Parts: sequence; structure tokens; C-alpha cells
Amino acid sequence: MNSLAELSNMMVYATMLALTFAMVAFSMSFAAARNVRTTVAANVAAGDVLIGEAPLTPPARGRTAGNVGLALTWVAFGLLAVGVILRGVWAGRVPWGNMYEYSLTSALAILGVYLYLSLRRDVRWLGLFAVIPTLLTLGLAVTVLYTEAAQLVPALKSYWLVIHVAAAIICGGAFTIAAGTALLSIFRNRLPAGGLPSSERLQTLTYRIVAFSFPLWTFAVIAGAIWAENAWGRYWGWDPKETWAFITWVIYAAYLHARSTAGWRGNASSWIAIAGWASFLINYFGVNLFVNSLHSYAGV
Amino acid sequence: MATTKTAAAPDIGTVGFLRWMWRQLTSMRTALILLFLLAVASIPGSIFPQRGIDPILVESWIDDAPTAGPILDTLGFFDVYTAPWFAAVYILLFLSLIGCVLPRTKQHWEAMRSQPPDAPKNLARLPGYAEVATTDPDVLARVERVLRSQRWRVKSGVGWIAAEKGYARETGNLVFHLALIFILVGVAIGALFGWRGNVIVKEGGGFSNTLTQYDAWGGGRLASADRIAPFGFTLDAFRAEFDRREAQFGAPSLFEADVLVRPDPTSVDEPGRIEVNSPLTVDGVKVFLVGHGYAPKFQVRDSGGQVVFDDAVAFLPQDGNFTSTGVIKVPDAVPQVGFEGVFLPTAVLVEGAGPQSAFPAPDDPAVFLTAWVGDLGLDGGVPQSIYRLVTDQMEQVDVQIMRPGDVWRLPGGDATIAFTGYDRWASFQIAYDPGKELALAAAVIATLGLMASLFIRRRRLWVRVAPGADGDTVVQVGALGRSASVDVQPDIDATLGVVQGGHGRE
Repeated sequence: MNSLAELSNMMVYATMLALTFAMVAFSMSFAAARNVRTTVAANVAAGDVLIGEAPLTPPARGRTAGNVGLALTWVAFGLLAVGVILRGVWAGRVPWGNMYEYSLTSALAILGVYLYLSLRRDVRWLGLFAVIPTLLTLGLAVTVLYTEAAQLVPALKSYWLVIHVAAAIICGGAFTIAAGTALLSIFRNRLPAGGLPSSERLQTLTYRIVAFSFPLWTFAVIAGAIWAENAWGRYWGWDPKETWAFITWVIYAAYLHARSTAGWRGNASSWIAIAGWASFLINYFGVNLFVNSLHSYAGV
Repeated sequence: MATTKTAAAPDIGTVGFLRWMWRQLTSMRTALILLFLLAVASIPGSIFPQRGIDPILVESWIDDAPTAGPILDTLGFFDVYTAPWFAAVYILLFLSLIGCVLPRTKQHWEAMRSQPPDAPKNLARLPGYAEVATTDPDVLARVERVLRSQRWRVKSGVGWIAAEKGYARETGNLVFHLALIFILVGVAIGALFGWRGNVIVKEGGGFSNTLTQYDAWGGGRLASADRIAPFGFTLDAFRAEFDRREAQFGAPSLFEADVLVRPDPTSVDEPGRIEVNSPLTVDGVKVFLVGHGYAPKFQVRDSGGQVVFDDAVAFLPQDGNFTSTGVIKVPDAVPQVGFEGVFLPTAVLVEGAGPQSAFPAPDDPAVFLTAWVGDLGLDGGVPQSIYRLVTDQMEQVDVQIMRPGDVWRLPGGDATIAFTGYDRWASFQIAYDPGKELALAAAVIATLGLMASLFIRRRRLWVRVAPGADGDTVVQVGALGRSASVDVQPDIDATLGVVQGGHGRE
């Protein structure tokens, strides 16, 4: 049976390889777009006649690179999905028993949210912001967090594990992508890259992603509370994990309020979305690794 | 939740000042700041140990930091979530919420009963606009019929109709905020009327739900201890299994407590099982399995051979491998004897490290005993912990390692202690929270309201017809999203589809 685990590990490494190439491709697409800008600027300086504004779409070379990046991301998503499923089959349970397994699924969620967006609109410009955090998550998973999976500890033996963790992990993926679009919206005007949507459109996209994930996060917290009531005898006990889930919730609530408050709509709200993501990360890594919490069972 | 711009106004008087304060408090900007404050105020509770979670850790933290400890304690950093400054933040936040939601509820109530506004003069200036020509003279009536069937609110005038949809967005928003208040009420009811107690029960031992039976009990200000349900149970057997594979060696894989439950003192025992994720519920009170340990059994005889002690003694686990400590007090022996013991389910001897257990299951149990003789100090009336030996008036006589079945003859007499085996014990948390159902219902409603407020698009649509060239009718369609980031193009497209349906002409 061990060969299944090894196969799962191989899938994870293959994912990382595919993502590394995707990262290169997305970077080339970015760089190609920048060259366009510089050429245009040079032409303007030279007094050339320019029809319309600077082109917003990258030239063919950049677009091809973006397509390659997107295709490789799909490949990586498929490989990682197989890796996660094999891990679950091998362990004979949902693959959410420890930090290593959470991290694999979180990486899958980041890619999943990005690819879902890519089906609905052109988000090749966002590729780097999905691929880099995914690579970092996987890198951390295979180096620091790797655990030979065992049975679930009794505290985790509950169908709430599936509900609560699935919701939280999907939110993690969405929050990560939203942090990427928020960051881009802040630095949009200072970025030399073409092919990027306007700052306002980036803010709207950030809002849409957060508006999708905030109710899901609310649900994840409530599901966690129901589970806690069943396992520990109280639905809310200010355990560090609960506290940071609450802080994350409050920050994203603030983000949604900021979006409809004069003077906060723009960069300020984007910074709040990034703060919410940071809080999520503290909850995910910080509490599990450095704080003594009821959630610290997740073997490292 | 519009922000109020207030200029410095002289001579507003007390009423004016209060009104100004109220407006400031209920502004969106204040709500935003209070949300940030709430987030920041929550952080110390995850950094410093909290009395509500681990009071012993708090005391040792304060002892280790003689300067900072007491200052932080005075400021409430070890009781963050019951500290006045934390309460101040959330109470202000809820006041702000109420002050914002109530007027908006009134506004929304009126909006729900009013008609959509008339079509503006120039539809082309709206964020969404399209026009199309048609030969159908009754196009407006047809569009109106379709819009009404799609549950738009429609008002019609001469040559135009106005429609609005998505009122549930604001309804959801208000429901969400009001439900938050009810969550707080549920939490408050739990805190006032709820109670929680902990008890250790040895295998074969029983528990009946009265205050004196608890090792620890705490209730809200209005919890009445004398009205708690009179159920009881006996711990028939407790099973624990641990992972023996290398990857997570020693990690628990199963905890199960078989119990016999008596819903009230006169009823018949019913068998039941309590597991980590499956508590027992009796009369709205829940019994949770929260811990377990070993209770080594000892028999002590005095020098005359008389049995003066014969019981299992609960030892408290000190590490993940259940190296457990406890004491045996034998007040009936003359002179009195006491033992400090370390129980090891799987004993190993490590040079210089003291007795330690290598695995949580009882593979090779042993107990290390230190015997004391003298006065146990039980007669002074001062309450003593059953887990600590007061050795002020006692003398240490010897130390001994024992395996099950061993008998140790104490030096200087004929008294003996026999290590006859071990039982297990389980610790239970027994909790009653009358507010949790309300909190849950409110939380579910809040989530549904939240989804409505984020996913439903509120928008207005106007259609105007004017005679065009060739006897055609020109239909203008304009749309406006009532909140940021509403895309009205789908509504425009759908309306154009209706206009062109059947009678359309490009």
C-alpha cells in the first residue's frame, strides 16, 4: 500500500515542476507586455504618430506565453488533484489529517479558484499570483510539514471534518487570489505591465471574490462551532484558532463595509483585503505551528 | 449607512450634541473603526494564556514575569474576552449597528411599498443602455408582462415603464445585522444561565449529577445549581487505543466510554456509549468525554495484617505517553502513611531522566512509590487536594519500584503495600447551555441574510418607446445598478431579447 503514498508524493513533485514552468511562462508574458510599453514610450518620444492609447494587450509572443502558463496550470491542477486523491485512498479517509495534507489541498484550492476565474474571464495576467503562492505552499508542505499519514486522532473522526475543513480550505484559496488582485490594484499604476485591467476593475474583481468567500468563511466558522460544541462541550471558547478565525472574519467584514464607505473604497479597501489574507495565514500556519491550541493535533 | 459630514457647529446645545454623537456613532466610518478595534482587541487573547482556558498557565506566566505579569493582569490581558475594554468595543459596535440598522429598516420598509421612480429623461446617460427598432406596436405591454412574470416591480406611464428588482438584497443585509444581535443574546443567555462541570470517574465508579460530585463546577450568574437535572451514570468500561506505526507512534486512535445511564434516580439503567465526537445528552445536559488516564490499584495492610486501604487511585497524566502522578493517603494506618507515586504504562529507565513512560498503552506497567510516614494533616480541617501529599509533618522512609502483583514491606514495621493492578478513568465535561440553540438559529439566519445581501443584485430598468422612421417603434432600454459592481448588461440583453422576440427586426 505504501506505493500509493509514493505515487501521491511523485504527483506533488510533478505538480511543482509543472508550476515552475508555468511561473516562467507567466513571467515571460508579463515581461513581454512590459517591453510593449517601453517600445511604445520610445516611439512616442521619437515623435512617431500613435493611433489610440498604448496597447493594452501584450503582443503575440506574450500572449502565447500566457496561454502556455495557463495550460501548465491546468496540468498542475490535474496532477495535484490525483496526488490528493491518492493520498486519501492510501490513508483510507479524507486527506485532511495533518498539516501536510491540509497544505496539499490548500494549494489545490488556490489553483482551483484561479482556474475557475480563468473559465469566466481572461486572467492570464493573474497567473503569477496563483502560481507563486501555490508553489510556496507546496514547497513548505514537502520540506517542513511532510508527515507519513496515519489514522485520524479521535478528535478528528467526524463528518464535520469534511464540511468544516473543505469550506475553510476553499476560502483560503479564494482569499489568496483576492489578495493577489488587491495587491495588483494598489500597484497597478506603478506597474509597467500591459494587459492588466484597470485599478477599478481589479478592485471590483477583488470585491467579487471576497463577496463569494465571506459567506463561505462564515459558514466554515459556524460549522467549526457546531463541531466544537459536539467535541469539546462548548461552541466558542476563544481557542487561538477560533480567535484568529474571528479576527479574519472581522477584517473581511471591515473590507465589505469599506467598499461602501466614502474615502475607503479604493486602495484602503485593497489593503484591508490583504490584511484579511495575512490574518488567514497567521491562523493557518502560525496557530498550528507556534501556538498551543486545541487545533494543534495536526502532526507536523 | 451613509457617512454624515458634520461641520463644527456652535450652540447646538445638549440635545444637539447628543444627536451629533449619535450620528457619529452610527456612521459607517465609526463602524469600520470599531471593527478594526475589535480585530486588534482580540489578538492579545491568542498571545497570552487566558484564565478561562488555562488558569494554571496564567499563574505560572505571571510568576515568570514579575514586572510585566501583574501589570498585564491589571489591564486584563489574561481575561481579554471578559475585560471591560473588550466589552466596550463590542457594545459600541452593536450600538452603532442598531443605530444604523433601525433607520435603514424603516427606509427599506417604505421602499418596499413604493413604486419604482419614473423613467429619467435621457436613458442613454445610464450605465447600461441600448436601443432597438421593432414593428410591434404593443411591445411595451409585452415587455411589462415578461418583467412582471420575472418578479420585477413595474410601474408604467405613457410610453415608458420603470421596473426594479433585487429588494431582497437590502432585506438580507438587514436580516444579517439583526441576526447578529440575536447571536449575542444567545451567547449572553448561555453565559448567564449555563453551567459547566468536570468530573473524573474510575471504571466501575458512578456519578450522579449533584454539585458535590464535581471536581470543578462553574456556572453563570443566574445558573441555579439546585435545579440541575438529577441524572447519573456508571462508567462500565473505558477503552483507549494508540497508533503503533512509526509515523505517529503513540497518537491516540480510539477513545470509548461504555456507560450505564439513569435519567433520574428511580429509573432503570440504560447502556450508552460516549465518544470524543459523540456526547451523551440527558435532559438537555450534555456529557462529553474529554480525557482519560490510569488508576493504579493498591492494597495497604497495617502491621497487624489488617487491610486499611484497598482502592484504585486516579493518577493524572503528565505527558503524551501517560507518565502519571498521584498520591495515596492512608489515614487509617497507625502511624499514618502516604505515598507519592509515578505510574508508567510502559516503563523505561533512562539514566538520569527519572521514571518515564515510552508508550501510552499499558504494555509494561510499573509504579514508582515514595513512602512517607507521620501525620497526613487531614484533621486540621484545611481542605487538601487529593493529588498532593502534605509532607510538613511526615518523614520520607523509602522509594520502591513495583510491578503489578508486587508487595512492598515498608521499612521499620510490618505494614505492606501491594500494587494489585490498574483501572482506567475517564474525565467528563458536563455542560448545560440554554442559549446555544438561539445562537445557532441566529447564525444560520445571519448567513442566509448575508448571502442574499451579497449575491442578489438590485437594479432598475427603464423602457421607453418612441415612434421611429418608417412607422417603426424605437425601444430604448436603460438600466442602473443600485450598488457598486452590479453588471446590468444581462438585464439589458434579456430585455432586448423580449423586444425582438417574435416581432423583432434588426
